[in-house]
Formats: sequence, structure tokens, C-alpha cells
Amino acid sequence: MAASGTLLVLFLFAHAAGNLKIFVGLPDFDHYAEWLRELGTPLLPHAWFLWIQRFGLLAAIGLHIWAATVLTIRAKKARPVKYAHRPKVQGSYAARTMRWGGVIIVLFVIWHILDLTLGVVNPATGDSDASQRVVQGFDPERWYVTLFYVLAVVAVGFHLRHGIWSAVRTMGQQTTKGERRAKAIALVLSVVLVAMYLSVPIAVTFGLVK
Amino acid sequence: MDIKVRVWRQSGPSAGGKMVAYDVKGISPDASFLEMIDVLNETLILDGDDPIAFDHDCREGICGACSMVINGVAHGPEKATTTCQLHMRKFKDGDVIDVEPWRAAAFPVIKDLIVDRSAFDQIIQAGGYISAPTGTAPDAHATPVPKKDADLAFEAATCIGCGACVAACPNGSSMLFTAAKISHLGLMPQGQPERDSRVIDMLQAQDDAGFGGCTNAGECTMVCPKGIPLSLIGRLNSDYRKAITKR
Amino acid sequence: MIMAATEFWSEGEPVVDKAAPDGPVETRWDRRKFSAKLVNPANRRKLTVIIVGTGLAGGSAAATLAEAGYHVKSYCYQDSPRRAHSIAAQGGINAAKNYRNDGDSVYRLFYDTVKGGDFRARESNVYRLAQVSVNIIDQCVAQGVPFAREYGGLLDNRSFGGTQVSRTFYARGQTGQQLLLGAYQALERQIGLGNVEMNARHEMLELIIVDGKARGIVVRDMVTGEISTEFADAVVLASGGYGNVFFLSTNAKGCNVTASWRAHRKGALFANPCYTQIHPTCIPESGSHQSKLTLMSESLRNDGRVWVPKAQKDTRKASDIPEDERDYYLERIYPSFGNLVPRDIASRAAKNVCDEGRGVGPGGLGVYLDFADAISRLGRKAVEAKYGNLFEMYERITGEDPYEQPMRIYPAVHYTMGGLWVDYDLQSTVPGLFVVGEANFSDHGANRLGASALMQGLADGYFVLPNTISNYLASGPFPKVTETDAPVVEARKQVEDRIEKFLSIDGDRTVDSFHRELGHIMWEYCGMERTEEGLTKAIGLIRALKEEFWTRVKVPGKGEELNQNLEKAGRVADFIELGELMCIDALHRRESCGGHFRGESQTPDGEALRHDDEFSYAAAWEYFGADGKPTLHKEDLNFEYVHPSTRSYK
Ligand SMILES: Cc1cc2nc3c(=O)[nH]c(=O)nc-3n(C[C@H](O)[C@H](O)[C@H](O)COP(=O)(O)OP(=O)(O)OC[C@H]3O[C@@H](n4cnc5c(N)ncnc54)[C@H](O)[C@@H]3O)c2cc1C
Ligand code: HEM
Ligand code: HEM
Ligand code: SF4
Ligand code: F3S
Ligand code: FES
Repeated sequence: MAASGTLLVLFLFAHAAGNLKIFVGLPDFDHYAEWLRELGTPLLPHAWFLWIQRFGLLAAIGLHIWAATVLTIRAKKARPVKYAHRPKVQGSYAARTMRWGGVIIVLFVIWHILDLTLGVVNPATGDSDASQRVVQGFDPERWYVTLFYVLAVVAVGFHLRHGIWSAVRTMGQQTTKGERRAKAIALVLSVVLVAMYLSVPIAVTFGLVK
Repeated sequence: MDIKVRVWRQSGPSAGGKMVAYDVKGISPDASFLEMIDVLNETLILDGDDPIAFDHDCREGICGACSMVINGVAHGPEKATTTCQLHMRKFKDGDVIDVEPWRAAAFPVIKDLIVDRSAFDQIIQAGGYISAPTGTAPDAHATPVPKKDADLAFEAATCIGCGACVAACPNGSSMLFTAAKISHLGLMPQGQPERDSRVIDMLQAQDDAGFGGCTNAGECTMVCPKGIPLSLIGRLNSDYRKAITKR
Repeated sequence: MIMAATEFWSEGEPVVDKAAPDGPVETRWDRRKFSAKLVNPANRRKLTVIIVGTGLAGGSAAATLAEAGYHVKSYCYQDSPRRAHSIAAQGGINAAKNYRNDGDSVYRLFYDTVKGGDFRARESNVYRLAQVSVNIIDQCVAQGVPFAREYGGLLDNRSFGGTQVSRTFYARGQTGQQLLLGAYQALERQIGLGNVEMNARHEMLELIIVDGKARGIVVRDMVTGEISTEFADAVVLASGGYGNVFFLSTNAKGCNVTASWRAHRKGALFANPCYTQIHPTCIPESGSHQSKLTLMSESLRNDGRVWVPKAQKDTRKASDIPEDERDYYLERIYPSFGNLVPRDIASRAAKNVCDEGRGVGPGGLGVYLDFADAISRLGRKAVEAKYGNLFEMYERITGEDPYEQPMRIYPAVHYTMGGLWVDYDLQSTVPGLFVVGEANFSDHGANRLGASALMQGLADGYFVLPNTISNYLASGPFPKVTETDAPVVEARKQVEDRIEKFLSIDGDRTVDSFHRELGHIMWEYCGMERTEEGLTKAIGLIRALKEEFWTRVKVPGKGEELNQNLEKAGRVADFIELGELMCIDALHRRESCGGHFRGESQTPDGEALRHDDEFSYAAAWEYFGADGKPTLHKEDLNFEYVHPSTRSYK
């Protein structure tokens, strides 16, 4: 769980950084997308690196979901009879919503790939540039798409706030002081990430990036 | 004060159970929660009904026998307090209070509010000890222990084995209980020789007994009557990682 | 001499401790160990020992005997051996380590304990206890017991109960818990290795004696109700104390006398049943719902001042009572010891002022323990650091804030010095029946000093019993016992008939109501102060209560299920019989000693008056049928080293 989760977090940061390039200028952003595909050449053929990275990502997601499913099944087995009085959440809500949060994220990612990578649900035409898909996708007219992204990104934030902290613990962080520190780090990282992601669709929707 | 309690009634391990409501009248706010049930039981007996079975012994918060989930919270609403130390003044006149047993596959219900917690003993059997045959010990001052370690070991060792952590954990995990013992013994110099095998064997026993896995949900420490901190689970994880990489 | 003698008891032959070695006290234990027969390691597997109880005494004995290679079968009534009532001990455990270099020694611990026991203990046993105390601490530290330590990493000690040396080892206020977990873990290790067969939630209901030897027990599986007979080459009782005969005590709800009482009925002598220790600092009763009393550490008396209003029935709030209308009675009566007088004296003084109608709180059963002076002298911070957790506990139970208003305290029954009579080898008068821990009549005599019961429990279990039981087992394995042997069939039938009887009475009173009533009688007449008149009256009341119990008790449910009221009924029935014997024992002992204060035997200024010429013996009672008279067997006590003197605290 922690290993796959960490890989996913690393991807999220790289991805967020890339996205921010859009503020430098649309062509730069497209260069970046192209660069991704050129990475590793001439050692590797065109786009191979991207595919390796995609496979890595897929494997991480697969592993992560598999581990989450195993844990969930064990948890169900470990408590076959539910409480009649609904247990009060005393720890944190973020912790209690990891499973639903995860499912929401996966659904979002599927939509997101169909949207911005494949362009299937994107208004921009088939072989348009990445930047066009972004700009047209988050057009002010399509505010509902933006809203959906915002909600999804916030869900990611919640998942990460608990997730990063949890991963640190799983790796063996073990003092009460360290715990407070880990909590703070998790919160800051998630907030930063959420802000980085939200900036792009919001900027586009409000016409700051054209 | 007058209250209503809804209590899980189950006549035996394989019988079905249900919540049954009882009115309890004229209870003193100074009575403990268990004394309230004592009073209710006295009337049930004289009315020819079956009294409510529940585990308890010391009634001073140290033996770990008492075990009730009260309004969805293991050991009830007061922090760092066992059921037996909870008093009725924490409730209001007219309250409706739900009382249920610990719920976990590894803790099957025996009758009403009594569950079988022998799985905890099995975890200890797997390695929750220091092998020190009687009569072979060196002088107690032969190995000094830094006060900091000794104090932390003591904190961890105050776990009363009640099982509230399991009852509260959304995953039905016994990680806090196991972590408390691992930390207690792992912090003492005497505990070093068996440190690696201890953590591996105890975790195995925990899985075998049917407890769930820990996802750091943090509910356990909130209900723990002894305030065993979550950081001990981190300590366990770290011990475990070191132990398996050495293997 | 006394007319009561013929009415309530008869006297038999003296009882003699045949295992006791003589010669210099310092070498008695070594010589006894050397003379005891050993069992060849290869033969130990073939020998089975039953141990009833998993407290400090039983748990440590089971772990040690299993380690030595014997086959052990253990029993406890709780759901796990870790919950035995030893877990509740707070203060600490004594040992003559002299780590403080303050003049402590084995001899001084021996001396203090004999004197503290008011010269009603055996010198040989107490000396052995003091010797072994040193090994106990080593053993516990090796097991990882987290005792309190100093900054240098060495063990910390404190002075406890007014001793002049610091010899008490402790683990915050949870010493009993930590010691018990050490023994429990050692026990679990042996269970895991297959050397101990653990039977939790099993209650011993009868002893099986075959050919004059203890050979097994009848137990009830408390989950299924199944009755079974279990056999062994020797039986060890480690079933704890019987303070619950008073209904309200600091003992756990399940503590009982059944195991010892059943053995007593089968011939084991019961010694000094009336010796009860009453602890002065407990949280008072708050109403009729009260089910048990909670102890608060004695250390509170170091800084708290005890007082009551001078006037009777003064219902003003403590803060409204001016200084000159308060009676700091301990400081007044015992100017040199003040609030730090020993347990028995502090307890009796509290009772006296309450009897005068000057008690405070519900029912007038309480006295103030006031920290106002300490708070203004040391500051709230310092008081909090010292007693914070005790204050919290007090507030949790009473709902009152002890920083704002004085605590209320009242004495409560805490420990029972009496128990089954055993010889130096810890063997009872039934061959093959050994008794350890609080269940035996113990090494403490008429009074127990603080921090010495834990010491005795572990001494018995880790070091004494494993050495002495081998002497007995060396002549085993004994002939095989089977289900169909007449004594076995009979013992099982006794248990079944009794259960059947409880369930068939179907009366109109609950078991608890009888227990409560017995408790009132015992507390009133056989509590802190006893008189001939009161005790005679109590015996009558208890006999009437017994009649009523067997005709009016209502036990719901069946025998073949988990039935907590059936368990209680058996315990209360035995407590009623024990209560009667306690009163008879108290009646016969016309002296005040230790935890036994006899109204007719006091000095002109109201202090305890011992009669060494008449009563320097342990009173061992033989059971004589439910309606017959018990027979008194005296064991004379000789003091070669510590000569009897009078305790004075004025
Ligand atoms: C609140 C409190 C504080 C104390 N503080 C101190 C202190 O600071 N220092 C000190 O030295 N002493 C202290 N004592 C006294 C001391 O704790 C006890 O005397 C001692 O622990 C008794 O140990 P034990 O092993 O003999 O019995 P216990 O620990 O009582 O164990 C009895 C065992 O017998 C089992 N049992 C009983 N009856 C049956 C039956 N019929 N069938 C099957 N099993 C049975 C029980 O399940 C249990 O396992 C304190 C006592 C109390 C109550
Ligand atoms: C079906 C989809 C998902 C489910 C059910 C899910 C579930 C979970 C659960 C239960 C945890 C807690 C595990 C623990 O604390 O040990 C977790 C942790 C985590 N998740 Fe997810 N998740 C999903 C998808 C995702 C995705 C898509 C990402 C990243 C983009 C992600 C990132 C993380 C991270 C970083 C952690 C922390 C790892 C750890 O605690 O060890 N998850 N997830
Ligand atoms: C809200 C701001 C986001 C923007 C503007 C954005 C933008 C993009 C774009 C333009 C692509 C296509 C890149 C390409 O094909 O070259 C892409 C791919 C992708 N995005 Fe995002 N994204 C956002 C948020 C997220 C989030 C929150 C996640 C995960 C939880 C995510 C996961 C992915 C994945 C998995 C891909 C596919 C990568 C691949 O094909 O290799 N994105 N994103
Ligand atoms: S960790 Fe806390 S909740 Fe869990 S068994 Fe120990 S004391 Fe009880
Ligand atoms: S609640 Fe459960 S998930 Fe882990 S942190 Fe506690 S055991
Ligand atoms: S009854 Fe012992 S902890 Fe509650």
C-alpha cells in the first residue's frame, strides 16, 4: 500500500508541475507534452519512455487497488456483524473515507484520460495539441466540467492527507512528536498539490489562460 | 434519573441476537454504568427474566474484563475510561442508550455482551514475552535501563488487554494491542534477543486469529482506556521492516 | 473458661508444622531445600500438577513448574489468566536489596515483618520470605517488568507504609499489574510450548481426595456449564483472598473463597479466618447501588490532613466550616505519628468519629482528607505532579474536584491474612494439597505491612513451592485415578446436587441481596472492632441468613449455560459458612492484635492490648459438618529472634 501509494504521489507531483507549464505559455506546455514523448531518446524509441512510465503507473494503481481490496475484504471478514448503533467517527473523517475516496479518484481518472489524453469526451478535435484540449475542455461554457474536476481534486486531497501520513507511519515513523510533524507535512503537501491542480482548470474557466 | 437502555441480547454463541429495550428508573447519577446494569438485572431476575450477562471483575479500570460498546463507542463517551469507571452522571435523564458487545470475528459473542477474547492470549503466546527461566536471572542492577526508555516501556505496558481498540477499529485490527506489547518488550535491553522473531511471530498470530489489517485509521487510540499512543504502531512497523529484511 | 467455647466450638489436639527446620534461622531454607527429595527430570513429564488460580502466586508457580518439566493444568474463573486480581495492586513490592545503602538487610526486613504482623507469624517463614525477596526482583527485571528507574538507569525505591528504609520497588501506581503481566507472559510462553494446559473460565467447585491424598478437582466450564473431573498427582490452590465475604471490599467482584472452602470442608484446616486488613483510604460508598469500593494509595496521607467537624451532624460544606470547628483527630490523638499512623489505627479512628455522628458525606460514612494546606504550602503544580492521577480517579468516581473541596475517605476491607493452614512446605493438612499466595494463612501474621503481599505471592510461586513440592512428588506418580472411583463419583455428585438445589429453590430473593446482607453483618460485628456480644449476635444472624438463603434464593436460568447468578450463588453460599467461622474465630480470640481489635481488650487509653501469654498461636480450624461445631487446633508460635513488644504510635 505505502509503496504503491508513494509512487502515485510522486507521479502526482510531476504531473502537477507539468500542468503548471501552461501558465508559461501554451506552446511551452505542448513542448512539454512532446518532450515527455521524446524523453529517453535516442536510447529508446519515440514515446517509449512515456509508455514505460504509463505501465509503471498502471502497475502502481493496480497494486494499490489490489492491496486496498485485500485489506477491505479482511476488514469485512474481521467484523462480520455490524454495530446497531453506528460507530461514531473519533479519529478523522479523511481516514474513514479512504475507500470511497479511492473509488471516486479512479472513476475520475478514467473520465480524465478519456477527456484530456484520448480526447474522446473533449470538444477539441482528434489530433489537436494537449493545450487545446485543456483550454477547450475547461471553457467557461463547460463550467460543470471544471466543477467536476474541482470536486475530484479535493477528493484526491483528502485521500492524500491521510494517505501520506499513513504511508509515513507504515514506513515506521514512531514518535509522538514525529507524528505531529508527519501530520503537518501531509497536510501541507496535499494542500499544495490541490492548489497546483486547481489553478489550471480555474484559470482557464476564468479566462486567464487562452 | 430515568433512562432507557437498548441491549444486545443473544442467548448463546450460535443463537441469533437482537437489541432489546428496557426502562431503568430512579438510577443515581453516582452509580457506575455497570451498577446501573446490576440494578436492572435485579429486577429482571425477580420478574423471571434472564439477566444480562456481561464481563467485569475489578471494577476499577485495571483488569480489562469489562467491555461494552455504548452508543457506538467502545467503553462509552468518557475519554480514557473503562466501562466500569464510567458513571451515570455522564448521561442525561431520559437518554436512550445503546449497549452492544465488542464486534469482531476474532472475538465471537458467547452470550449477550460477553465475547471470547482468547485470541489476545494467542498473540502473547506467539512471542509476547521475554524468555527468562526462573532462577537464572542476574542481579537486577546488572543492566541499567535509561529512564526515558523505561518510562516509555512502562507506558506501553499499561495496556489492560481489554480489546476496545479492536472493537473500535473499522478494520477489526488488533494492531494497537500488539504494538503495545512489541514496544514494551522492544524498549528493554532484556527484550533484544527475541526482538525480531517476536514481531514476526506476533503479527502472524494476529493474522491467523482473524483480525483485520491496520490502515492507520486512528480510532483505536481514541477509545483506548489507557491512552496507548498511535506512535507505537509506527514502532511496530519499523521493527517489522527491520526483522523481515534481516531474514 | 469462656462459656462460648462449649457453645460454638471445641478444642482438639495442637497442630504441628512437621516440615519446619530448626537451627539458625539464616540457614533453615537452604537446609530444607537440600533435604527435600528431587524428581529426576525424566520423570517430571509423567507427573501432573493442577494449579487453581493464575494470580501472582498461581501464575508464577505454573510457569516455573512447567519450565522444570512437570505437566501443569491451570484454572482461573476470568476469561484470561492476565485478569487475576493481583493486577489491581497499586503501591509496590518490598525486597531487601539495600540498593539505597540505608541499612536495609534480609534481617531487617524479617524483623520489620514479624513486628508488623504483631507477633502472630512464624519466624522461619518470614525469614525465608525476606531472603527470597531479593531473587524476586532479579527475576522480574529479567522478564522485562518496567519498574520505575532513576536517571542513572538504576531501579528506584521508595519508603512505604512508614518504614525507615526505602525498600519498595514500584511501577507507577500499577505495580501489581506489571508483576502479574510478567508472570502471565511467562505462563503464556509455557502454554505456547504445550507444557501448560490452560483452562480459563473454569471454576473449581470441589476437591477430590483419593486414599487420603489430594488427587484432583471438579470444575465447571463457565461457558457451557459442563461439569468435569480433573486428575493430577498434586493440587495447588492459588485462589486468592476472601475479602468479599464483606460484600463491599477492594477485591474484584469475582474473588471468592470457594476453592479454599471446598478443601476445608474436605479436611484442610483453615487458620486465623478473622484476621482481616482494613485499609483507611478508600473512596466511601455513595449509595445502595454500590457494588465495590476503590482503594486510593496510602501515599495520600503523606500530604493530606484528616479531619471531621467537631459538631455532630454538621451538614455545612467543608469550606464553610471554620478552622476552630474542625477536629484533626489523628493529629490530636497521635501527635507523634499524626496522619501517618498504621492502617489499622487510622481505620479504627475513622470509624469511631463516624460512630459519634461526625462523619461526612452520604450516610455520614466518611472523613475528610484535606489537601488545602499542601496546596498552599507546595503549590497546586507540585500537588498535581505527586497525586494528579489519584485526584483524577477520585473525580471520575465521585464527580467532585479534590482541588476545590477535600476528598472524602472511609476504610474498606482490603486483604485477608487468614486462609488454609500450611506447613513450611506450603502443604495443607491434606497430603498433596498445597496452598500459595493470599489463599494460605500466609506469612504475615495478624497484620500485613504494605507491599508485602505481592512479595509473598511471588516468593511462594517462583521460589518456594517449586522446591518443596518436589519432595512430595518424588514419591509419585501415584496410582491412576479414574472417573469411576468412588470418591470421584461422590465429589462430582456433590457438585451436581448443589447446582440442582440452587436452581430448584426458585425463591423470591436474589443472590446479591443475600450477599449484601451478609456483608452488613460482617462489617458491623466482625469488622474493625469486635466484641463478644456483637459476635455472638452475628453468629445468630448468619445462621438465620443461611436458613433463609437455602429456602428463598432465586437463581434464574439453567446449569448448562453461561449463568453468572449460578456462579454467584455458589460463592455466596460458601461465604455464609465462612462468615460464621470468622465470627467464631474472632470470638475465641479475646485479645486485640494486628487487624483484629477486640473491644474487651484495650489499654485504658483505648489502644490495642495483646495477650501473648494466652494467644501466641495460630488458630487452625477443622470443619465439622454444616451444623456441628468447628474444632480448634492451635499451632504455638515461638519467637527466638524477634521478641514480642508493644506497638505504640502516640
Ligand atoms: C486494590 C488492591 C491493592 C493492593 N495493593 C497491594 C500492594 O501495593 N502491595 C502488595 O504487596 N499487595 C497489595 N495488595 C494485595 C495483593 O494484591 C494480593 O494479596 C495478591 O495479589 C494476591 O495474589 P494471589 O495470587 O494470591 O491471588 P489473586 O491474584 O487474587 O488470584 C486468584 C486466582 O484464583 C482464581 N480463582 C479463584 N477462585 C477460583 C475458583 N473457585 N476456581 C478457579 N479459579 C479460581 C482466579 O481466577 C485468579 O486467577 C492489593 C490488593 C488489592 C485488592
Ligand atoms: C479504487 C481506488 C483506490 C482505493 C480503494 C484506495 C484506497 C486506499 C486506502 C484504503 C488507503 C490506506 C492504506 C493504508 O493506510 O495503508 C490508501 C492509501 C493511499 N492511496 Fe489510495 N486508493 C485508491 C486509489 C488511489 C489513487 C488513484 C491514488 C493516487 C493518485 C492513491 C493514493 C494513495 C496514497 C498515496 C496512499 C497512502 C499509502 C499508504 O498509506 O501506505 N490511491 N488508498
Ligand atoms: C485538474 C488539473 C489537471 C490537468 C489540467 C490535467 C491535465 C492532463 C493532461 C493535459 C493530460 C494529457 C497529457 C498527455 O497526453 O500528454 C493528462 C494526463 C493524465 N492525468 Fe491529468 N490533469 C489534471 C489532474 C489530474 C489528477 C488529479 C490526476 C490523478 C489523480 C491525473 C491523472 C492523469 C493521468 C493518469 C494521465 C494520463 C497520463 C498518461 O497518459 O501517461 N490528472 N492530465
Ligand atoms: S491497546 Fe488500549 S484498547 Fe487495546 S487492549 Fe490495550 S488497553 Fe485496551
Ligand atoms: S483503528 Fe485500526 S486501522 Fe489501525 S490505527 Fe487503529 S488499528
Ligand atoms: S471491570 Fe476491570 S477494567 Fe472494568
